[in-house]
Amino acid sequence: MLDWIYQWWPGLEASVTLLSLEPPGWGGNLVRGAVNSLIIALGAFFLGCVIGIGGALGKLSGGPVTRDLMAVYTTVVRAVPELVLILILYYAGTDLLNQALRALGYRPVEISGLAAGIGVLGVVQGAYATEVLRGAIQAVPAGQIEAARAYGMTRFQTFRRVTFPAMLPLALPGLSNLWLIATKDTALLAIVGFSELTLETRQAAGSTRAYFTFFLAAGALYLIMTLVSGRVFGWIETRFRRGQAGARS
Amino acid sequence: MRGWVKPHRIMLLLVALGLVLWAALSLRWDWIPRYWQLGVEGIWRTLWLMALSVLIGFTLAVPLGLAQAAGPRLLAAPARWFCTIIRGTPLLLQIWLIYFGLGSLFPQYPWIRSSELWPYLRQAWPYALMALSLSYAGYEGEVMRGAFKSVPHGQLEAARAYGLSRWAVLRRIWLPQALARALPTLGGETILQLKATPLVATITVIEIYAVAGRVRQDTFIIYEPLLLLAVIYMAIAGIITLGFRWLERRYTPGLG
Repeated sequence: MLDWIYQWWPGLEASVTLLSLEPPGWGGNLVRGAVNSLIIALGAFFLGCVIGIGGALGKLSGGPVTRDLMAVYTTVVRAVPELVLILILYYAGTDLLNQALRALGYRPVEISGLAAGIGVLGVVQGAYATEVLRGAIQAVPAGQIEAARAYGMTRFQTFRRVTFPAMLPLALPGLSNLWLIATKDTALLAIVGFSELTLETRQAAGSTRAYFTFFLAAGALYLIMTLVSGRVFGWIETRFRRGQAGARS
Repeated sequence: MRGWVKPHRIMLLLVALGLVLWAALSLRWDWIPRYWQLGVEGIWRTLWLMALSVLIGFTLAVPLGLAQAAGPRLLAAPARWFCTIIRGTPLLLQIWLIYFGLGSLFPQYPWIRSSELWPYLRQAWPYALMALSLSYAGYEGEVMRGAFKSVPHGQLEAARAYGLSRWAVLRRIWLPQALARALPTLGGETILQLKATPLVATITVIEIYAVAGRVRQDTFIIYEPLLLLAVIYMAIAGIITLGFRWLERRYTPGLG
């Protein structure tokens, strides 16, 4: 079966050998890169959600100064290219941390690419998540929150029991979009030299000169990630929308 | 404007002004005269790469959206797949696939090497422009699909009943209304396109981001070029926002 296909399409056999998981092939490197990308995307997404919740609450119920500072944060992050932000935060972050350590009498440390990547992409994601979550919280009917307060719940309890569960279905489409952005933004870390999928691909392609094979394979890996997470988010959405008034399934 | 000025805002402005003053006085800006000309060329290159790719991409996006919204399945399926693939993979990967992939493929064909286009195909910018345009087309094809679908069907039927041809309905009713509805989204997407342009620096197109990188390499000054770069991008994004706000004010009234 395979021999017949190879005869008909001679380039395929070479591509398959190049992509095999054992050392003569580079498939193992690509898979390792993909795992790294996924870890960073997951970390950045969760960090972004945490920052986003804080930012949304700050924008909605913080004082005037907090609100303005939040507006500056979201505006600046959304207007400056991620690549520039990554470089600024990467250099400034390591610099500040080391200066602080030196001031405290510790020796400077080398920040791992993984931590830096998660931190930087998390700050970028946080700005977008702030806007998504702010819109979702605002869309929760005020009567529900007032009712919870009238029952004597504290602000924190109201948020945990009423606001958060009620806004989640409204925020999910935006959050799923953000997750897709996070998986694709991990590619930018290739430029600061972190070996995620895109950089591994480029190294493999550069040393074998089989550009199409590797870039198309990496594209397929990314596509699988996005399609699968689209399915997962669709499933989560129908699950959380169940209790919602006027929901269509 | 009056509602905007409040005591705490004046204080924040003073703090911001102080930060700018501190940056101007205590950071190093002596490299600017030497790289000034290169910087202007870089900004110009960024601007035309963005503008041209938006133009080409949007021209492709209209048929892509139309095919998905109303086309026969034979056209709708490939259009949907194109949008899914473009939106599902990182732009950086697309740029490298086109530049390194096509760039290594073209020289193998003698007829391409001897064609009139070859002097252009040996440079990097046609590949950058192509990748950026295809990416914009993929994202905007999806936006236009929604916009075409959101135009009330009754209007199209009314136009047909008036005896307009299908082409005239598209040109005079459907497309203008879809465009007006898509304008706010398109504004945001155009800023995203601006933010995508620095990626082409990785394939040796010297736009403004690459200039800042070169300053960093030559002089070992890290923060100052990056800060100036961020300010430049914010200024361009601000101009785009204002432009789209003007377009919206001009074209969205009259939407039913």
